[in-house]
Amino acid sequence: MTTTEARPTDRKPPQLVDMSWDPITRIIGNLGIYTKIDFANREVVECHSTSSLFRGYSVFMKGKDPRDAGFITSRICGICGDNHTTCSDYAQQMAYGVKPPPLAEHIVNLGEAAEYMFDHTIFQDNLVFVDFCEAMVKATNPGVLARAERTEAPRGEIHGYRTIADIMKAFNPFEGEVYKEALKVSRVTREMFCLMEGRHVHPSTLYPGGVGTMPQPTVFTDYLSRLMRVIDFVKKAVAMNDDVFDFFYEALPGYEEVGRRRTLLGCWGAFQDPKVVDYRYETMNTWGKAMYVTPGIIVDGELVTNNLVDINLGLRIMLGSSYYEDWVNEQPFVTHDPLGNPIDMRHPWNQTTVPVPQKRDFDDKYSWVMSPRWFDQRTGDHLALDTGGGPLARLWSTALSGLVDTPYIKATGHSVRISLPKGDSLPETTLEWRIPQWSNTIERDRARPYFVAYAAAMALQFLEEAMGMVRAGETKVFENYEVPDEAIGCGFHEAVRGVLSHHLVIKDKKIANYHPYPPTPWNASPRDKFGTPGPYEDAVQGQPIFEENGPDDFKGVDIMRTVRSFDPCLPCGVHMYVGKGKTLTTLHSPTYGANHG
Amino acid sequence: MTTHSSTTEVSKEPERSEDRKGIDEITILWISEGMSCDGDTVSLTAADQPSIEDLVLGLIPGLPKVNLVNKVLSPSLGGEDFLAPYRAAVRDELGPFILVIEGSIPNQNIIEGDGYWTSFGNDPETGEPQTLNWWIDQLAPKAWAVVAAGTCATFGGIHAMSGNPTGCMGLADYLGWDYTSQAGLPIVNVPGCPIQPENFMETLIWVLYHAAGSAPPPPLDHMLRPQWLFGKTVHEGCDRGSYYEQANFAADYNSPKCLVKTGCWGPVVNCNVPKRGWMAGIGGCPNVGGICIGCTMPGFPDAFMPFMDEPPGSTLSSLVIKPYGAVVRRLRGMTNELVNHEPRWRHNKRKLTSGYDPHWRA
Ligand code: SF4
Ligand code: SF4
Repeated sequence: MTTTEARPTDRKPPQLVDMSWDPITRIIGNLGIYTKIDFANREVVECHSTSSLFRGYSVFMKGKDPRDAGFITSRICGICGDNHTTCSDYAQQMAYGVKPPPLAEHIVNLGEAAEYMFDHTIFQDNLVFVDFCEAMVKATNPGVLARAERTEAPRGEIHGYRTIADIMKAFNPFEGEVYKEALKVSRVTREMFCLMEGRHVHPSTLYPGGVGTMPQPTVFTDYLSRLMRVIDFVKKAVAMNDDVFDFFYEALPGYEEVGRRRTLLGCWGAFQDPKVVDYRYETMNTWGKAMYVTPGIIVDGELVTNNLVDINLGLRIMLGSSYYEDWVNEQPFVTHDPLGNPIDMRHPWNQTTVPVPQKRDFDDKYSWVMSPRWFDQRTGDHLALDTGGGPLARLWSTALSGLVDTPYIKATGHSVRISLPKGDSLPETTLEWRIPQWSNTIERDRARPYFVAYAAAMALQFLEEAMGMVRAGETKVFENYEVPDEAIGCGFHEAVRGVLSHHLVIKDKKIANYHPYPPTPWNASPRDKFGTPGPYEDAVQGQPIFEENGPDDFKGVDIMRTVRSFDPCLPCGVHMYVGKGKTLTTLHSPTYGANHG
Repeated sequence: MTTHSSTTEVSKEPERSEDRKGIDEITILWISEGMSCDGDTVSLTAADQPSIEDLVLGLIPGLPKVNLVNKVLSPSLGGEDFLAPYRAAVRDELGPFILVIEGSIPNQNIIEGDGYWTSFGNDPETGEPQTLNWWIDQLAPKAWAVVAAGTCATFGGIHAMSGNPTGCMGLADYLGWDYTSQAGLPIVNVPGCPIQPENFMETLIWVLYHAAGSAPPPPLDHMLRPQWLFGKTVHEGCDRGSYYEQANFAADYNSPKCLVKTGCWGPVVNCNVPKRGWMAGIGGCPNVGGICIGCTMPGFPDAFMPFMDEPPGSTLSSLVIKPYGAVVRRLRGMTNELVNHEPRWRHNKRKLTSGYDPHWRA
């Protein structure tokens, strides 16, 4: 049973080959993709996504001081650890009933903006784009490269490259101009991050109740001068990506089917508005909608809800293919939320994690990842939402809600307008991201540079407001509190690659239960107990193959583009086998740059 | 002719390195499939003095040619080609290699049956996951040197905290603290959660100079940490030290004063981050407003929790700071000893002793 409807084809007798990529290395686990490919019909017919690493945060946090939760959960992820700390602090602030001073919110927002800029840049330019670079296209679709050489780049006056092939060359690993510049930019944006949060990856200056960052003018000046140094790089990145992605649709008709699934997107919102947020559960819908990235659940193009309370109530953690014991027969920790709504036993607040290591069996249990789903009350469906790699869901949700209206960002109901000031070589620029026709591989990738621009634009606003406060002498950054004997809390945030929630239950001033849900389980989840595949599985399964190579020298580039479009955390090595471990061919993205030239 | 003779002089240089019998080419086999967040690899890409690109491209004079096999930066093919050097090393066919391990090592001995906690590729025979432990067992005896990257790999770190279900531990707990590599070196531990980027690069480069025959082995302390990086305390490099000296303490995190009463463990933690900054001299911990939670230490995290409370004993030491400097040094030495020890549950025995109880709810 797939989430996405089957695509009609004139089928030839299938020629099936087993192919697998394992591990696709990821920040929070070891990811493997196992497929059956029908070379006669040039289509992937089956896909399983598996993770072979268990780490057990929700297990060992039990009994600890709840204030330690942010420090501990940062270590879940070595690339977006700060998103975890921030989300944990949000959850704790709800539990402790504390509202950090406004300047602290801005410092956290500025840290997160730098993180989005850093992480999306290194991921898009040093990994994703390798799949679209000259060397890769030459090895997989030589005809397309020939055409790219003849095709003038429509936005050449912005990025400076004459043809599409010139852009592709600039992305060749290790030697391409953009590839190299992106590495440098990712260091500058990380410095911006360190200015606000002390250390990257695991921040040192974030606390529940605020920050310890010394709010001296210098900190903000140092951040601003770095931001202005990269602002034109951002504008160029959007233009280059647009040129290449538009070209792909043109050069390979039907490419929109690659990685396409039903539009089932979730975004939990990011960037708090310090004027509105008070972290109370009772007012969560109000301050949730005031966030500068609007939360939302989108099903088939329709906004189902942008209320964080509804989002919270619909969370369900399913088993089915995962190596854990079920917990539904235990006593619930939380029977009702603070508004009196009943809480399901499959909700993170009530989850107990009991690992049961066992063999990998694709007909039964095959992954350490569980299957988070969102229960749609209208239909009774447990939806396998994905995050669109993060930016796609964030932009889509913000655009549809039409709530964000700031000097630099405006959500219109069908698009998001982003204004960036003049940089050293390019004038003031307004970009517009429009809701696309499909939730597919190309649109997930396209959204990413737009979100870098979005984060840069929001950073400008946070900087102006923060410096205003500092100049006015409002430099308080931390608010004290008492840890209550008993409390519950939840935090909703966006890690770089998508939704992030933390659910916390405190008893006797200690952690009684804690469950972090990062984007990976949502995107990489295995089949749940209803047999519904997770998003990677669903997006790859049934996708057409455009690569010109046959089974003997197959690179799997279309499949890798799909998996990478979800942003599986880090530049990854991909291992390919055919049949029972017999190597047919292999592919590791940087290879193409190394061999090339 | 002057030019000629000076050219001749210079060309003698390589002969001297032959005298040293150094290694000309070495492979770094990096495995990050321990229980980790991969934050050490990410941190490494932030290093700029020198950068990992400089190392791989041969831009650092006097080092052997380095073949880096790391899934992020390796110029080799992926798949079995990516694993090929690892498999060649297992068969003893690779030549000298440095094994870098990132992440803590789970205890497979506590699993009954065929399960696994973490794996690195599949067994070509069975198609089943090949465990990290299997790889370490195969590679450690053959490695020219072994480097542990980050606190997880060195001492166990966060994933080895009390109540953990995997029984995981640091590499030295797993291989034995008296392990020595083919080069006769102990494990080189570079702790940090994550590694400070330059600390790691510098250590790696020292090991490589040693491989080239142009440097002695890196000087390590009793916990196998590079002495020049971890020989001093956080406190000794902290901007806020003069406040400490004047017994002028921050009451909460709004203050630029000494953070000891709000949870800073700087006085007894071995780490150079306040001095060095986090990257390019920017950021850090107490100097920029973050309490030191002891993330480089064997006792991390348990010995430092709850992080946001005043460390026990610091009241006394901060009260008596001026008149009794010598006493304070002794007291602090004792605490330093204490936090420089790992909790006893980190071992590779058949029993899980971390305090984990799967049915704690009942
Ligand atoms: S803040 Fe920490 S490291 Fe700095 S002086 Fe105080 S106790 Fe020492
Ligand atoms: S100062 Fe403390 S918390 Fe910071 S890196 Fe060093 S040991 Fe870790």
